[in-house]
Amino acid sequence: MGINKTDVIIVGAGVAGAAAAITLARSGKKVVVAERGNYAGSKNMFGGAVYEYPTCNLYPNFKEEAPIERINTEHRYIIADDKTSVSVSYSDKESKTSYTVIRSKWDKWCIERAVELGAYYSPKTVVRELIVKDGKVVGIKTDNEEFFADIVILADGVNSLLAKQIGLRKELKDSQLALGVKEVIKLPKEVIEERFNLEPDTGCVVEIIGGALKGITALGFLYTNEESVSIGIGVNIDELKKHKLSPEELLENLKKHPDIEPLIRGGELLEYSAHLIPEGGFNAIPKLYSDGVMVVGDAAMLVDNVHWEGTNLAMLSGQLAAETAIEAINKTDFSAKMLSCYEEKLKKTSFYKDLKTYRNTVSIVHDNAESFLKFYPEKINEFFKMFTSSGFVPKSSGYRKFIKNFVKNRSLCNLFKDFINFVKLGMSILK
Amino acid sequence: MAEKTTEEKLYTVKINPDIDSHLKIDEETCRKCKTKVCLYVCPANVYHENEHGGDIVVNYENCLECGTCRVACDKIDWKYPRAKYGVSFKQG
Repeated sequence: MGINKTDVIIVGAGVAGAAAAITLARSGKKVVVAERGNYAGSKNMFGGAVYEYPTCNLYPNFKEEAPIERINTEHRYIIADDKTSVSVSYSDKESKTSYTVIRSKWDKWCIERAVELGAYYSPKTVVRELIVKDGKVVGIKTDNEEFFADIVILADGVNSLLAKQIGLRKELKDSQLALGVKEVIKLPKEVIEERFNLEPDTGCVVEIIGGALKGITALGFLYTNEESVSIGIGVNIDELKKHKLSPEELLENLKKHPDIEPLIRGGELLEYSAHLIPEGGFNAIPKLYSDGVMVVGDAAMLVDNVHWEGTNLAMLSGQLAAETAIEAINKTDFSAKMLSCYEEKLKKTSFYKDLKTYRNTVSIVHDNAESFLKFYPEKINEFFKMFTSSGFVPKSSGYRKFIKNFVKNRSLCNLFKDFINFVKLGMSILK
Repeated sequence: MAEKTTEEKLYTVKINPDIDSHLKIDEETCRKCKTKVCLYVCPANVYHENEHGGDIVVNYENCLECGTCRVACDKIDWKYPRAKYGVSFKQG
């Protein structure tokens, strides 16, 4: 040890790794960031948005200086049937809570800020395994060299082969992961603003339930960038297996919906991409620390899939792990007991509490996909079809027919079960 | 926008394939496999059935490194590509 030894090694220069790096560099600690991609963000894909908090704590000038695409001022929820849809939209022009970004630009900018403050950044570096000595993590092994540190922070993403290597994490179940596939479609700035009814530089986040994804645990998403639109789906892997579905075909079908297609019409495909999304929530969080090591971000499965929040949890967990590392370095104590402070800090955050709140939400929806994600979206559309059509059927018989169909399509027994499941869902969130 | 095939979509992705595959399968195991989930879960159509014998062909050059096949099938020996190789997203 000596020349190839540092205070902290961070594996991965994504949003979690960069957050840890800048926090450590700011306090003057020696930190090395190993990134397997050719540049930060090159192996990453998300929806996606970053959030005001905790971004502003880590990068105080990000609003003026960072490569932001648009400020999200509108959230739209589309409940789709095959050819129709019901939308709910919330708009707040004053709100500045989330921003769309492109990872190759954003992640690069973030890691550059850490480098400015003294972090050592090494792209094109694939960490193959952790070096463990007497049960303690003491370094990393790449394809050509070994490197040592008092603490290793694993920010190596959703597949985290390293957390698996040291037994912090078991192999994940296919129901705990969703596959995200996305297309970024180029459109002129003005066209985007006209189609989504946006002021310049503001953006819209769209969630799509049903449509081509009816009855399976999957959702569609759409984000507006400065001169492109990101459209994609997230679909549970066990659903792909069970129904023998091709993810790319699902996205293609979703894009054809009569209310989605005009939003992307005439655009040019800039890039197709795919990435896994941690879907297991609270119940899938692994052990977050051991002697000489902590796990952050997607590697720690820290994603709130009800609110589609991941980058904020990644940044915050990176920051908290780094703060714990700083205390550990100051005390020269790298034991699991010392590093357990990271978990204590994380548990106090509202993000962690949210994960706990929704610990059963996704599995309840998953178990009831047929009713929550097919039957009810269909019925909501059927209701509005009846409610808005005019001339042929008296409204009173329209209502009667709707109710009759409701009971006919789904037995009273099933409706009762659905009711119980809705209550269960509500209770699981409120308790 | 005219519908593109998966292969056409993959032209938009910058991939620098290594000489050797980072995805390894055991032909015998695959031959006995009844479900062959790899054939449809992969978003980049990496896995194909050979026209003649029905053996699985791995087009690792198309791999987006998402890990779906790794989670869907525990028989695939899945590694990250070596440094400088594999996918580099620009619009992720």
